[in-house]
Amino acid sequence: MPMLRSLLRPAAALAAAAALAVPALAAGRTMLNVSYDPTRELYQDVNSVFARQWKEKTGEDLEIRQSHGGSGKQARSVIDGLEADVVTLALAFDVDAIARAGQIAKDWQKRLPDNSAPYTSTMVFLVRKGNPKKLRDWNDLARPGVTVITPNPKTSGAARWNYLAAWGWALRQPGGSEASAKELLRGIFKNVPILDTGARASTVTFVERGIGDVLLAWENEALLVVKDLKPGEYEIVVPSVSILAEPTVAVVDKVVAKRRTRELAETYLRFLYTPEGQEIAARHYYRPRQAEVAAKYASVFPKVTLISIDEVFGGWDKANAAHFADGGTFDQIFGVGR
Amino acid sequence: MRARPRRRGPLPGFGLSIGVTLAYLGLMVMIPLSTLVLGSTRLGLAEFWSAVSAPRALASYRLSIGAALLAALVNLGMGLLVAWVLERYRFPGRRLIDGLVDLPFALPTAVAGIALTTIYSSGGVIGRFLEPAGIKVAYTPLGVVVALTFVGLPFVVRTVQPVLRDLPAELEEAAASLGASRLQIVRRVLIPELLPAALTGFVLAFARGLGEYGSVIFIAGNMPMRSEITPLLIMIKLEQYDTGGATAIALVFLLASFAMLFALNRLAARREAHAVGA
Repeated sequence: MPMLRSLLRPAAALAAAAALAVPALAAGRTMLNVSYDPTRELYQDVNSVFARQWKEKTGEDLEIRQSHGGSGKQARSVIDGLEADVVTLALAFDVDAIARAGQIAKDWQKRLPDNSAPYTSTMVFLVRKGNPKKLRDWNDLARPGVTVITPNPKTSGAARWNYLAAWGWALRQPGGSEASAKELLRGIFKNVPILDTGARASTVTFVERGIGDVLLAWENEALLVVKDLKPGEYEIVVPSVSILAEPTVAVVDKVVAKRRTRELAETYLRFLYTPEGQEIAARHYYRPRQAEVAAKYASVFPKVTLISIDEVFGGWDKANAAHFADGGTFDQIFGVGR
Repeated sequence: MRARPRRRGPLPGFGLSIGVTLAYLGLMVMIPLSTLVLGSTRLGLAEFWSAVSAPRALASYRLSIGAALLAALVNLGMGLLVAWVLERYRFPGRRLIDGLVDLPFALPTAVAGIALTTIYSSGGVIGRFLEPAGIKVAYTPLGVVVALTFVGLPFVVRTVQPVLRDLPAELEEAAASLGASRLQIVRRVLIPELLPAALTGFVLAFARGLGEYGSVIFIAGNMPMRSEITPLLIMIKLEQYDTGGATAIALVFLLASFAMLFALNRLAARREAHAVGA
């Protein structure tokens, strides 16, 4: 069909031009780190230090691009073909999802120390100055008249962690059971007026728009607000029990094989475990793994009893199926389950 | 033997133009949409049904369709009035107001959503006065209607304006001189002339409302069963790695939208034929 051919020709020319333009723009090497929502500032720092080291070592110019969003959404983009050399996501479950799609080797979590989580964090309450609603622990969040801001557990890593932290707290109370935990979560979500899809969006809702009495936040995000963004306007409340959140990192095997960046990507992730990398993480309020760095920054991080996902929930697959999959407890508290 | 004269319309170029039209619509509309159908075939019939008929999905259809319909109705009434004012009166600043009408088209919808949320939330410029009256707009279904009214505002105005412009004022004067009351003029002379265009604008505004995502997610609250629109539910399903469920819901929503738009367009066309024939 001559008409179709004449239609396709300009399209092909356009595609060819685009293909030529890309390498012309990129002098030196590039790498893409696809990360979750609140790590923007952390990786800006990591990237500039690492790029400088890489230049000294190899003489190559290195440009590291970063992409941020709700952890689930980010994993989805990588599965759908976003060419991430490395992913640094909020929870192992999202990296597992990429592995299930065949882009990362199944044993990824054993390839790096500490469950492939170079830094950890936990969930805390960020409240307005003076804590006017006197919020101390998870059960306070379910009180009538309290407005709670959290992202959507269906899409956000932070929200999943804080949902499970509240659940774990309820189980540890005298007479605590699955039923009492569900009751607590039902009460908390009755007080939630808006569910954003990612942690940063929730922070904006709480801090910039002034909505809510308490934000359930990553500890690092809360410390960022209290110490750097709005000093003196907010306070952090540490609940009696919270959860050990392990944001995990992995090299995306399919992509590094194609782009021949395996060595670069692996060096980059291992850099996060070096004293220098750990220092940067600690400065951005992520809890470092390395004992010496941890000791140095001990005063920054409040003491809190941490439960782990493996002990209390039997790992992410089980936790996800029980709580966040369709018909799980999160759906049930909204009356959606069946 | 003489060749039979080929039957063709008086206008040349039918073959070429219909060819380009079909190829264009195929490339831009049909191929992307057919992947939807293919994607949802990954699910079995039972899974498909349970995905599209889940209570959460049903609640989202109700909200999306209901809010879009309400917003389009508001815009139908207000759009007619705005068009009337802009075409029938001459006053200083008319061109400026005329330009304002198009702003909802040009503004990134996310910006609109954030602005509306700020204004209507409890401490906002308008929300502050509505809250004591017990009216909550931000983070409620009402907020969805407000956002959709905003993005759908230009349609009725812009479809009605040219018709009104071509409608000579003498027609109204003639009716008046024949003894028609003002109400009669509006009802018997103006409305029948304007209705087809207004209906077209209504359908466009409604269609826009069904698909709108950017502005709504900021103001809606996004709570399951209550203030979660279908496009957001589709996004959430995708982010939960439930591609099958997402495409199934998208397909059902698409078919429902198409059926409604088709019916409304037929209605508008019939009205138009009526008006021309009259």
